Amino acid sequence: MIELADLSLVSWSRAQFALTAMYHWLFVPLTLGITFIIAFMETIYVRTGNEEWKRMTKFWMTLFGINFAIGVATGIILEFEFGTNWSAYSWFVGDIFGAPLAIEGMLAFFMESTFIAIMFFGWNKVSKKVHLLATWLTAVGANLSALWILVANGWMQDPVGMFFNPDTARNEMQNFWEVLFSQVAVDKWLHTTSSGFVLASIFVIGISSWFLLKKREVSLAKKSILVAAVFGLISSIYLVGTGDSSAKSVAVTQPMKLAAMEGLYNGEEGTGLVAIGLLKDANTDRSSEPLSNFYVKMEIPKFLSFLAFADWNAFVPGINDLLEGNEEQGIMAATEKIERGKVAIRKLSEFKEAKKNGNEAIARALRDELTSEQFKEEYFSYFGYGYFTDVKDLIPNIPLTFYSFHIMVALGFLFVALFALSLFLLLKKDITRWRWFLRFAVLAIPLAYIASMSGWVVAEVGRQPWVVQDLMPTMAGVTRISSGSVKLTFWLFVVLFTILLIAELKIMFRQIKIGPKH
Amino acid sequence: MLENLSHLALQHYWWVIISLLGALFVFLTFVQGGQTLIYTIGKTEGEKTLLLNTLGRKWEFTFTTLVTFGGAFFASFPLFYATSFGGAYWVWLLILVAFIIQAVSYEFRKKPANFLGAKTYEIFLVINGVAGTILIGTAVGTFFNGAEFILNDMNQVLWQNSARGLEAVLNIHNVALGATVFFLARTLGLLYFIYTIDDETIVNRSRKRLIYCALPFLVVFLFFVIFLFLKDGFAVNSETGVISVEPYKYWNNLIQMPLALVIFLLGVVGVLWGIITVLFRNRDNGFLFAGPGAVLTVFVLFILAGFNNTSFYPSLSDMQSSLTIQNASSSRFTLVVMSYVSLIIPFVFAYIYYFWRAMNRKKITDEEMNNESHVY
Ligand code: HDD
Ligand code: HEM
Ligand code: HEM
Repeated sequence: MIELADLSLVSWSRAQFALTAMYHWLFVPLTLGITFIIAFMETIYVRTGNEEWKRMTKFWMTLFGINFAIGVATGIILEFEFGTNWSAYSWFVGDIFGAPLAIEGMLAFFMESTFIAIMFFGWNKVSKKVHLLATWLTAVGANLSALWILVANGWMQDPVGMFFNPDTARNEMQNFWEVLFSQVAVDKWLHTTSSGFVLASIFVIGISSWFLLKKREVSLAKKSILVAAVFGLISSIYLVGTGDSSAKSVAVTQPMKLAAMEGLYNGEEGTGLVAIGLLKDANTDRSSEPLSNFYVKMEIPKFLSFLAFADWNAFVPGINDLLEGNEEQGIMAATEKIERGKVAIRKLSEFKEAKKNGNEAIARALRDELTSEQFKEEYFSYFGYGYFTDVKDLIPNIPLTFYSFHIMVALGFLFVALFALSLFLLLKKDITRWRWFLRFAVLAIPLAYIASMSGWVVAEVGRQPWVVQDLMPTMAGVTRISSGSVKLTFWLFVVLFTILLIAELKIMFRQIKIGPKH
Repeated sequence: MLENLSHLALQHYWWVIISLLGALFVFLTFVQGGQTLIYTIGKTEGEKTLLLNTLGRKWEFTFTTLVTFGGAFFASFPLFYATSFGGAYWVWLLILVAFIIQAVSYEFRKKPANFLGAKTYEIFLVINGVAGTILIGTAVGTFFNGAEFILNDMNQVLWQNSARGLEAVLNIHNVALGATVFFLARTLGLLYFIYTIDDETIVNRSRKRLIYCALPFLVVFLFFVIFLFLKDGFAVNSETGVISVEPYKYWNNLIQMPLALVIFLLGVVGVLWGIITVLFRNRDNGFLFAGPGAVLTVFVLFILAGFNNTSFYPSLSDMQSSLTIQNASSSRFTLVVMSYVSLIIPFVFAYIYYFWRAMNRKKITDEEMNNESHVY
């Protein structure tokens, strides 16, 4: 407690954002996936006219409704928090970042909210076909809203399609398509939405297994497992693929994050992938030798090189390479980047000064220099480094990133097996007799949430100390306000969201117990 | 084709969109207004359920409009977004809390094992109805009355009052706008009940109640408007960007923009007619006049705040830090992109209209509450 009280404004602001984002993410992935599962079920109902499929559709829809309400409640806070807590950041990037957020509202949220109303209240008001269409459009709308926010997040990890305007002292958009179709943004969207599909499939299988364990609703539960297992199996294989391509983009755009994900201090050619490892030193100790920073580890030789660069012998830079530089591999030392960043910052303030004093000639010359391609490449791309003095501050939290990544990947493979096995037992055996499997399927529900949450921890903790990669450090983005105020709102949200979460869980569990209506 | 528009034209276009979203939001707060009346109009559990269900099918729209309003402001005038949200921290956070508790309340209220009890969720809805409307109205009041901030040369906001935005309630004119939105929302809420519900008791009660909401609304609205037209405003020199005080600025804006004047009058007449037709002609469709009337009126208020070389977010601490649609906007390129996206808005309106009609063909009845599978 005492330690917490000493946390500075930046830490409290981060804590608040992390808290609200994590709460939001507790509810979002289920929405992303279950809407599709419901749409599949309703399609079968409309095709066959079999009332049991309608009952199923309605049952899962009830659970979805409970989840959706709280997803909305936690979402609005995030959007406004960019302004309230990260206002310096909001101005610095608003020209680019705001656009996806606005498009999300205009295109996706309205779609979601219109069609969700029909989905819930339209059974007796519109025709079967129109209702089905509304269900499908709800699913599409949810995943479209994910697209835009993830484009925004992707841009922060890899700022493309923009230039720095010295007159306004901010980044301005230059190419919308580059922002939209940046590799990082595309990977993020595909990986995140498919992780939602996987989570929702596990949710459906887990709850159906519980019904089987209780010997209730056997036929309905089996049908639900069938839909979810097929959808889950396809999505989970796809998820591993999109995770792999995410890792490849991380390797290019955020090498420090990759090094943290793998606990790699000293890079080498043909680097192995640590499958299981126990990190030795929780602190980031730069002098560690390779291999000695693990108590134990199991390594797949050369696999990291392949994963990151599709080349078994590629060089993967470690943390020390990135900090001290590695001439042989053409990696610039962090101290040099800091120097260049400071030059960029100094030139910018000279420009501001000249403009203020009405020194037109100097201002024009400086503007030309600041906006030239060469300056951008050699100096401006290290702008954010200019805020640092100690290179150690450039290292993210390694244990957190490392363990989160490994938990996520391990669970990813486990889930593929889970789906395959449930399909096998359903189709080839009598699944109701495999009680250990049914129990395991119930337990897999929390595991899916853990995997999904870990993914965001990798992405967000691993990119520290940057809020916009290489350009804006987290500490520079924060709103100037007393840390006491942020502390207060932090605790306010802890209390509020926790109460709402408890309410949600209780309602959800009760609805599951009640089961489908007859 | 949009590429050919000047930066200034695009800035004006985007201020129009912001104004439209703001106006729609204020209109849609009929949901909030209705929420504050659930105990006055609904005496039995069944009546309350009916009220909450007719509101509950629309609350998402109000909410989504607020979200989109925020997003569009961020994209088109990021400096305002950064300055106001980061500066007036407490106002915005209180508004957010008021909306967070709304979002779960409809869905959770009647569900078994809901932890807090139905009553708590109803109180949440009342809080949302009262605080949401008054706070937002008061916050928008600062568009005319200014706020205490300074921007440094990196455009970082330094707020000068430790109340972080809450000081806005010390200005009677801000509060008048808050009260106006509150009573307007209640008036619209009642008109909405009368229009959509097929239940004699509820409709009669709403009719009786209407005068007690409409009269206070008219009083505070008149006060706000007269005050507005008599007060000084913040003008910006279109050449130099220098901000100065101009007497009767908003009145001048109104008469210098005759179209705005016409729309304003149309809006006011619409609202009045909506009320009169229900009160004195015993019709049930007043909502169809008062709603669009409210949209037009609020739209013009926003236009007065930003158009005709006016600062839409004046700084009381350092006049030259004041925000205008020129100095707070996104780059030309971003506005062009966003303008292309905005072309889809009419299509969005069209499908919303189409599906709402399909859903609202019949009035909502008690019977439906018993037959429907999903009831709030
Ligand atoms: C990958 C998906 C995803 C991610 C990363 C986020 N969201 Fe989200 N959001 C959704 C996917 C989603 C959704 C599935 O579309 C939700 C969840 C439940 C719901 O109602 O819609 C939603 C709801 C939702 C709402 C309520 C919308 C409404 O009125 O219906 C807002 C304002 C936000 N989100 C804003 C954000 C912000 C500012 C985020 C970033 C920090 C964010 N979301 C992360
Ligand atoms: C919904 C899923 C998300 C989760 C669970 C999540 C998680 C986190 C976490 C754990 C942090 C704190 C990191 C730290 O301080 O060490 C953080 C910070 C942050 N994230 Fe995310 N994030 C999510 C989505 C996003 C998205 C989509 C964006 C941008 C659009 C975003 C932008 C930020 C920003 C601005 C911060 C604060 C600055 C920082 O500490 O880096 N996050 N997030
Ligand atoms: C073998 C399997 C997997 C691999 C190789 C993998 C890889 C990755 C990588 C490299 C990232 C970081 C991307 C970045 O920082 O930009 C990431 C993020 C993420 N992962 Fe995975 N992942 C796998 C399985 C899973 C599973 C099973 C889930 C959840 C059910 C999941 C959910 C997420 C989420 C939500 C994120 C954050 C969003 C993003 O950055 O894309 N992943 N994953």
